[in-house]
Amino acid sequence: MNDAFGLPQTLVVLGGTSEIAEAIVGSLIAERCRTVVLAGRDAASLAGAADRARAAGAEVVETVIFDATDVEHAEGTVERCFAAAGGSVDMVLVAVGLLGDQERDEADAGRIARMVTVDFTWPAAAVGAAAGRLRSQGQGRIVVLSSVAGVRVRRANFLYGASKAGLDAFTRGLAEATRGSGVRVQVVRPGFVRTKMTVGLRPAPFAASPEDVAQAVRRGCGTNRPVIWVPPMLRWAFLALGHLPQSLWRRLPG
Amino acid sequence: MKADRSEGHVRGERRLLTGWGRTAPSAAWLTTPDDPDEVGRLLATPPRAAGTTVPPPAPTARREWRGAIARGLGRSYGDAAQCAGGVVVDTARLGGIGPIDPESGLVEVGGGVSLHELLGRSLPMGWFVPVSPGTRLVTVGGAIAADIHGKNHHRDGSFARHVPSFTLVTPTGTHEVDQLGDPSLFWATAGGMGLTGVVTRAIIRLIPVETSSMLVDTERFDRLGDVMGAMEASDAAYRYSVAWVDCMGSRRHLGRSVLTRGDHAPRSALPPGRAGAALPVPRGPRLRVPVPAPGGLLNARSVGAFNGLWFRRSPRREAGALRPLSSFFHPLDGIADWNLLYGPRGFVQYQFVVGPEHGESVERAVAMIGRSGAPSFLAVLKRFGPGDPGPLSFPLEGWTLALDFPIGPPVLPSLLDRLDSLVAGVGGRVYLAKDSRLRPELLPVMYPRLGELQVVRRRVDPCRVLQSDLSRRLGIDGATTGE
Repeated sequence: MNDAFGLPQTLVVLGGTSEIAEAIVGSLIAERCRTVVLAGRDAASLAGAADRARAAGAEVVETVIFDATDVEHAEGTVERCFAAAGGSVDMVLVAVGLLGDQERDEADAGRIARMVTVDFTWPAAAVGAAAGRLRSQGQGRIVVLSSVAGVRVRRANFLYGASKAGLDAFTRGLAEATRGSGVRVQVVRPGFVRTKMTVGLRPAPFAASPEDVAQAVRRGCGTNRPVIWVPPMLRWAFLALGHLPQSLWRRLPG
Repeated sequence: MKADRSEGHVRGERRLLTGWGRTAPSAAWLTTPDDPDEVGRLLATPPRAAGTTVPPPAPTARREWRGAIARGLGRSYGDAAQCAGGVVVDTARLGGIGPIDPESGLVEVGGGVSLHELLGRSLPMGWFVPVSPGTRLVTVGGAIAADIHGKNHHRDGSFARHVPSFTLVTPTGTHEVDQLGDPSLFWATAGGMGLTGVVTRAIIRLIPVETSSMLVDTERFDRLGDVMGAMEASDAAYRYSVAWVDCMGSRRHLGRSVLTRGDHAPRSALPPGRAGAALPVPRGPRLRVPVPAPGGLLNARSVGAFNGLWFRRSPRREAGALRPLSSFFHPLDGIADWNLLYGPRGFVQYQFVVGPEHGESVERAVAMIGRSGAPSFLAVLKRFGPGDPGPLSFPLEGWTLALDFPIGPPVLPSLLDRLDSLVAGVGGRVYLAKDSRLRPELLPVMYPRLGELQVVRRRVDPCRVLQSDLSRRLGIDGATTGE
């Protein structure tokens, strides 16, 4: 069950080997979380993440392997995760995503389709499946990791940005659709996060660490805020940036 | 009020429910049975077993049995009267107040009757409830399930002690439970948070009063140690005793307290003109909070100012003041939905008890709260007498402190965890009727006789039909999922 601060006891993570997801899992285990199901693509990385979750204090840790290009089985994956968690789940964290290589991918229709599938179609299908289950439970929370890259897309990463924009919009729509059902849906919009996915990239202004994202998610559990910005001031920065003329936006560094 | 829909044999509607603290909402099928027989049918044949289902909330919903729990007036602060995805049994129609025996004060009432309704009937005849919590708006069933206490605990114990017997509808049948005849079921139910069944009827022993006024002595203290000393020295001389403690303020003001103690006023204490109308009945709420207040209204500054005002408007020392019963017992009942003042995120109430030799732990707790900067309204301090036999009944002999905290300060979750450790470390416990966030590992530490409840549950509810968000969150059956 979620407690008065929205802190979960049972957690399912789709994309459980992401560094940001691991930081979030760690911070929730430090609170009330005792059962964790980690779902991901790679068995070896999942096993490592599961060991770290156990070491952090989780009592039950299960892993589920899935392929985010396989949209047909998105619902089946969610079902396996719920079963592995013992039937009831307090929080579903969605951290599935692929940053890709914009220059290489944008010239190849197949790669474009794959990016959109992994970053939008599969997560959206999985979130929809999870929402139905939480609704029948009468309570639960879905937290979807989006990105400021989807708030206003840039030349440098618009494939990733466009997919995140789609998932972000889907999630906010779902938050409206689940009002009054006991299910809470939140989207997290980090700015630049220093992780292995961004190694070699020049950090943008207001770069955050995975731990910053984890803290924002943990605190966000105690609120009904549909959108969580990390760091919070990015909300105001993007309020301004959204109105920049395209000619200026194009020239901004980062 | 929406009309009842019905599908299978469970009438009702899907509703989002919270406790009085308005945190952790969950949706359940809310049904209001007309009589105890309907409660019995509901628990004996859970919808799945009967081949029917609770109507699904959405086409995608899976059809599973997710438990049932009774709910009275929803005054438990946390998640005790919620059952996510399951059935919540509203006891509103389990009413009825029988005649009051003029010799013994015994009265038979329905489990859904509120203390407000009962007083409306009994007070004009000179009878008062044996234990009165801070609100009249609780049901008799809830009063037994939480084994509630009042300002007279040091003398009269908690509520169930004054209930010679009750009728309990369980998933395996209806029991007439006598305090002496089936003590294990009786005491597992007293404080058992609804997990042994639904109380549909109870006999209560009322106490005689001559007036509905109180004679109250008030004293102000600048230091917590002083008020505790005064309570130890002379509580025994009063039927009712409670202190309000300021847990905010600067170090200079931290722990300042207002001690009020008294008893029911005899007819002879009333001014001559009022003796004819000695027993007026308390009215229902006259003010209402229309919508949740904006978040952040109750912050360290505003709450601190309120606490200061409260302290200064109390007399430094006053003896034998005549007070209306409702302002002494139920000061907040005049304002309907006062919990909305805490804003959209709600609040947490925290109440703990530690043994009489651990008064120093109370002072440490107040110091921790003051240092944390988390705003808390005037805390309520009271000395409990010896506890009653219920394995999950909260009161233990010693000191109890209750506080309200608005949700919001980031420090609050860890502050409450640290208070738990302090309390558990000296053999104390927190009150489950108020809990919404206890670390489950501490439940068996704080309630070492939890096993006795589990044994009774295996007897009357072997299929675990009775579940609540609280029982699952705390893993009361030994499994956190409650499945």
